[in-house]
Amino acid sequence: MMLGRIKVLFSTITLIVLMSSSHTLAGEKYTANECFENFSRGTLKFNQALDKAIFKPIAKGYRALPVPIRMGTSNVVENLRSLLTLSNNLLQGDLKGVGNTTGRFLINSTVGILGVFDPATHIGFTKKGKEDFGQTLGVWGADTGCYFVLPILGPTTTRDAVGLVGNVFIDPVYQLTHNTETDVIISNDNLQEHNYYYYKGTDAVDFRSKNIESIDSLERNSIDFYASVKSLYLQNRAQKISNSMKSGKTQEDSDWEEVDNQ
Amino acid sequence: MKSKFLFFISSFLILITLQVESFAYSADPKQFIAEITSEAKEILNSSNSKKIKEEQLSEIALKTVDIKGLAYYTLGGKRKEISSEELKKYEKLFKGYFLKSFTSRLTDYSDPKIDVLSTEIVNEKYTIVKTLLLSTDKKPEVKINWRVYTKNPDKPLIRDLIVEGLSLARTQKEEFASILSANNNNINALFEKLEEFINQ
Repeated sequence: MMLGRIKVLFSTITLIVLMSSSHTLAGEKYTANECFENFSRGTLKFNQALDKAIFKPIAKGYRALPVPIRMGTSNVVENLRSLLTLSNNLLQGDLKGVGNTTGRFLINSTVGILGVFDPATHIGFTKKGKEDFGQTLGVWGADTGCYFVLPILGPTTTRDAVGLVGNVFIDPVYQLTHNTETDVIISNDNLQEHNYYYYKGTDAVDFRSKNIESIDSLERNSIDFYASVKSLYLQNRAQKISNSMKSGKTQEDSDWEEVDNQ
Repeated sequence: MKSKFLFFISSFLILITLQVESFAYSADPKQFIAEITSEAKEILNSSNSKKIKEEQLSEIALKTVDIKGLAYYTLGGKRKEISSEELKKYEKLFKGYFLKSFTSRLTDYSDPKIDVLSTEIVNEKYTIVKTLLLSTDKKPEVKINWRVYTKNPDKPLIRDLIVEGLSLARTQKEEFASILSANNNNINALFEKLEEFINQ
């Protein structure tokens, strides 16, 4: 009953976000207005303190593990995460993506022993970027909305915040671990709720451990860390939505034109 | 005596020319980046102190990066509103800021392995050189594209680094814009921040 209400509420919010769309994919923006900048700046500082006290030390400890263990863990998490990508490939009508993600998941889950190894890449199923519901909303034409920082979860926009909630409904791993009916039918301990949070936690630690130096460097070399994070986040999201790694895309030539003519 | 003197002078000039030539970088953008990355790698791998490494990396940056162009770009439209004295002060501060930030970022890498992959000619002014920073035990591989300004085809200059699709020049521009916006568009606030960074 409660879940049903949440689903209705979520669908309504998604519709509102989509109806407020004012741009096309080609016009995906690299900037966004602030929702409440002072609050966001405070939240970023809180997140940095939390990171320094908890997440970074855990990530450093994780990095002390032997490389094969870290690589295997990273592969397993990535393999599970690909199911959310698959749902979004479908919602975006990206059939090529569906084929690639499905192929990768099937090969890595079987030949790759539950995703520990990544034989799919060697066979020719190349790694593509992750997809989430925020990106899907972007592909559907939803506007970025305003920018803000969430406690623990970090930078986001109105569209991506709706996407975060949406991920829960379309992530097969979440549904399998939170659906009591599947527990009864399949009767598998691995499908219990807490395993979903272990998986998400491991994903976060794995990500943090791969970015210890780059985040340190950004903090050290920024004269306004908040603005740097915002710029990088928005550029990254815009690029992911347009699925483009085109080098010149984040920087129009016209930006430089005036400099050349000065 | 005169001919001996002329011979000495011409030999000296030839020597100087050759010396200068040996420090010149290739005009081909791909080769240009390959030479820079190779030189930087040599410096980073050396047993020199961090300070010496930073000085050597700064020398490379001064010769290969369009620092003035980057300074103007990152200031955006504000550069048209400030006086010529302020602009001069900004250029000087930006140079100090850029060199410190640039060398600090690079010295994080002790033994970088970079593959220069390919080039993409955007137009007659720009060529993108695509490279790959290979993964290590600690870090995943990183795609780095170099935006090379080729208006003068004999002397290419770097204008931006695009790391995994994220433009560092654009990030810098937005960082400066944020500081100006938070301080009623007062250029002195940006000067203070830059000075603070340089002196820290």
